[in-house]
Amino acid sequence: MINEGKSAKVFSRRAFIIGALQAGTLCILGSRLAWLQISQGSRYKTLSDKNRINIKVIAPSRGHIVDRFGVPLAVNNQNFRVLVIPEQVKDLKTSLKILQTYISIDEECIEHVLEMAGKVSKFVPIEVKDELTWEEVAKIEVHLPELPGLFIDIGEVRSYPYNDSTAHIVGYVGFPTKIDLTDDPVLKLPGFKLGKTGIEKKFDVDLRGIAGIAEIEVNVIGREIRELKRKDARSGKRIALTIDGELQRFAQQRLCKEVSASAVIMDAHTGAIYAMASHPSFDPNIFIHGLSASAWEELLADKGHPLTNKAIAGQYPPASTFKMVTALAGLQVGKITKDRKVFCPGFYDYGKDRFHCWKRGGHGSINIVDALTQSCDTYFYELATEIGIDKISKTAKQLGFGSKFGFELLEERSGLVPDKNWKMGYHGEIWRPGDTIVTGIGQGSLQATPMQLAVMTARFVNGGYAVRPWITGYEKDSRILTHKWPRMNINKSHLTLIKSGMDRVVNYEKGTAYKSRIELSSMAMGGKTGTAQVRKITAAQRLAGIKNEDLPWEQRHHGLFVGYAPVNAPRYVVSVIVEHGVGGSTSAAPIARDLLIEAQKRNPYKIKLSPKSVVGEKI
Amino acid sequence: MIGTIRIQSEQSIWEKILHLNWGFVLVISLIAFIGFASLYSAAGGEFNPWAFKQMIRFVVGLICMFVIALIDIRWWYKLSWPIYFLGLLLLIIVEVKGHIGMGAQRWIDLGIMRFQPSEFMKLAVVMVLARYFHIVTLEDIRQLRILIIPVFIIATPVAFVLLQPDLGTSLMIVMAGIAMIFIAGASLWIFISAFVLASAAIPVIWHFMHEYQKQRVLTFLNPESDPLGAGYHIIQSKIALGSGGASGKGFLQGSQSHLNFLPEKQTDFIFTLWAEEWGFFGGVVLLGLFGIVFLYGFWISSRVRHDFGRYLSLGICINFSLYVFINIAMVMGLIPVVGAPLPLISYGGTSMLAALIGFGLMMSCNVYRDSKVTRV
Repeated sequence: MINEGKSAKVFSRRAFIIGALQAGTLCILGSRLAWLQISQGSRYKTLSDKNRINIKVIAPSRGHIVDRFGVPLAVNNQNFRVLVIPEQVKDLKTSLKILQTYISIDEECIEHVLEMAGKVSKFVPIEVKDELTWEEVAKIEVHLPELPGLFIDIGEVRSYPYNDSTAHIVGYVGFPTKIDLTDDPVLKLPGFKLGKTGIEKKFDVDLRGIAGIAEIEVNVIGREIRELKRKDARSGKRIALTIDGELQRFAQQRLCKEVSASAVIMDAHTGAIYAMASHPSFDPNIFIHGLSASAWEELLADKGHPLTNKAIAGQYPPASTFKMVTALAGLQVGKITKDRKVFCPGFYDYGKDRFHCWKRGGHGSINIVDALTQSCDTYFYELATEIGIDKISKTAKQLGFGSKFGFELLEERSGLVPDKNWKMGYHGEIWRPGDTIVTGIGQGSLQATPMQLAVMTARFVNGGYAVRPWITGYEKDSRILTHKWPRMNINKSHLTLIKSGMDRVVNYEKGTAYKSRIELSSMAMGGKTGTAQVRKITAAQRLAGIKNEDLPWEQRHHGLFVGYAPVNAPRYVVSVIVEHGVGGSTSAAPIARDLLIEAQKRNPYKIKLSPKSVVGEKI
Repeated sequence: MIGTIRIQSEQSIWEKILHLNWGFVLVISLIAFIGFASLYSAAGGEFNPWAFKQMIRFVVGLICMFVIALIDIRWWYKLSWPIYFLGLLLLIIVEVKGHIGMGAQRWIDLGIMRFQPSEFMKLAVVMVLARYFHIVTLEDIRQLRILIIPVFIIATPVAFVLLQPDLGTSLMIVMAGIAMIFIAGASLWIFISAFVLASAAIPVIWHFMHEYQKQRVLTFLNPESDPLGAGYHIIQSKIALGSGGASGKGFLQGSQSHLNFLPEKQTDFIFTLWAEEWGFFGGVVLLGLFGIVFLYGFWISSRVRHDFGRYLSLGICINFSLYVFINIAMVMGLIPVVGAPLPLISYGGTSMLAALIGFGLMMSCNVYRDSKVTRV
């Protein structure tokens, strides 16, 4: 207690020292602040303005597209490009001129860069030239110091190893147009391309992947100093197709002998498409590497419409391949049985009009199976008249005609199944009995795509299941190898009857496609020929006996064939249309035969898929 | 002298509340308000995610402060050792948890806030030392052996905090502890000889260090030698401060801070943000407000009539000032980056709560300044 006063005194002395230290420190901090903010203020202000952060979008790697065995149909190759940032260039035109002395750039390209520079923000890089060779890259790298604002970038470029064989299915990528622009940051990347047609378009968002982002600190001239943050890009998904790449290539090449043709090979039970060819085709790689105006004009002018996927977008009268539909309709309403016979004198008279059978002199008395085998028109004229258009169009729609399947390929068209309402609505005319008669043999206003013909055939030979086509095994992130299809309400004995007719078309010597039969019985095919009139055969031509093949190409008949194999246990169905190929039996049937042989030889359905290359595998 | 002591436990609650330092409360509220404004600006003109939470924490902390201030100082005297050991136990729990969780952990998750025992340990060390020196007589304190226990009081928590590892906090505990020994009246020779010994040891240690270790120490001491690594924050912080100039860039206009050049702008580098936006003027105002807080500490310690209260109030004042000095000196590039928040301003619950609890104890010393604290 006595020391209380003394200890307080010591404490006060010591506290004073501490207080002095604190005051001193506060003064030091204050003067440091004054030095930084007042004496050095202007220096730091300029430093502050130099600090900039660039947000760089990292392009995701586009997902591959592979065939059912994992064979790539669309991949990415490395692509060296030279880009320019307008903001960092004193005079863009001069810089490009200097660049021109090192690598060859055409004037068109320079104009394009100058035009782009006026459109986009000054700090956005613009692609000057892509796919630089090693030599060009080296030349630019060496001269970079005199080319400020220019830089080399390694990107990816889409490549299609199957070239024109898969062009219509896989599609191609191209620069985004105004309508494509969403808020996805990748779209603003220089040279970014997105799907324009086919699978590339349909699955563009999946294939595209998710962009990454890097925050980069740059100095006042924009040179990158360091990366502050990075979120890597996520590659796009791999899309596996049901297509067998080699079968596809075979089909495409088999069609090459014709001016214009298309074909579909699909699975009769699952609906999986193994091949889908449309000739002439185009090389999608030229779209990636830039298409010259003249090449584009040439593609547009080609009478074979190379840019159209005729297998799904070509619409033709199904002609005699439609006779199975009329036959089924007749069987369903009970107008015919397998024994019902019709006499064919070579023509059919309805009122004042005479409808000719393709065979002068007629087939004589003939039943349904023989009428299919020999493709007797008279039988079906009479049958159609008896059952009426309502029933025919109902059966046709049941088999897949007249509407889109709505599968993965967006270019698909719907064809046309005419009826009374349609004619009134479209032409403003009433339906005449003659319309029913020509519809009965697949002519008139009836139109179908090769895909619809293949589906029709599949539905006939698979036991009456309503298969639909599909081309990717990929749906909602899970793999789908087979589809279960509902049964259609069709009497099996009717199908058996029609199938035996199709069998005899090819394998009975009076059949219209007997010449194209497959002699190996285990691979034997069945089918039906069709010859579609492009224009009405005039009475004068008929009398003069002018052969169709002597007419100009545009006036010749289309040759059609639908088929399936093997006859005993149908697996593969095929449809072939040769535009202006004159006759189904002479032009389309031999192609169908070759395609079915190849399909059965390769047998893509049977080949066990390795786990890594399973159709629709999610990557 | 004894006769003049009024028994303060007989004060009415209203008298006690009157004895709270309301001017002081105003000053810390002003400082906290500067914190809210800076956090609002750091979020780009939004109350979320920082400013609003910080306000709630401040209100909760103020209530704690008042409650602590009104509790009799003799209770705090009695509770010093239990609080100290509780703090040690929590440090051990954090250490063990950190080991299991495979990483440095400094906090215990209480659900509503993450609680850092090391922050409270600083207060507990000051309390225990104040209590220890309250008992020791002025004659005893001149003897070296009396200082053995204080050294252990300081070294034990420092060892745990270093293990976390948290160099900044351990240095602050050491400095606050040394200051406590100093104000208690330990011989100046002790400090002088300790300083000489430490200075002599440095060249010897340096000699035995590996080249890469030397390099690391040099980088730590001079971060600007590594502008893209350790020195990056400091260089950016200096640019931000300097570019603020005399009058600042204006509220919400701190481009350096908002462009994310300052990664810890809401915590350790909040002074930078404030001074970038409000300039030299704003910086000096804030330093002045902190100065007033220190003055209050001295004023209270000079009024208290018992040693425990004197040592405790001044110890807390020193502890708080160390916080302020280390943080501000760090963001100005005067000392290496150690990672210390600016009390009352930086976003964070524990440092805010620790500061207010400290002020609560300080005010309790003032309210009960005339109490007789027996030496038991």
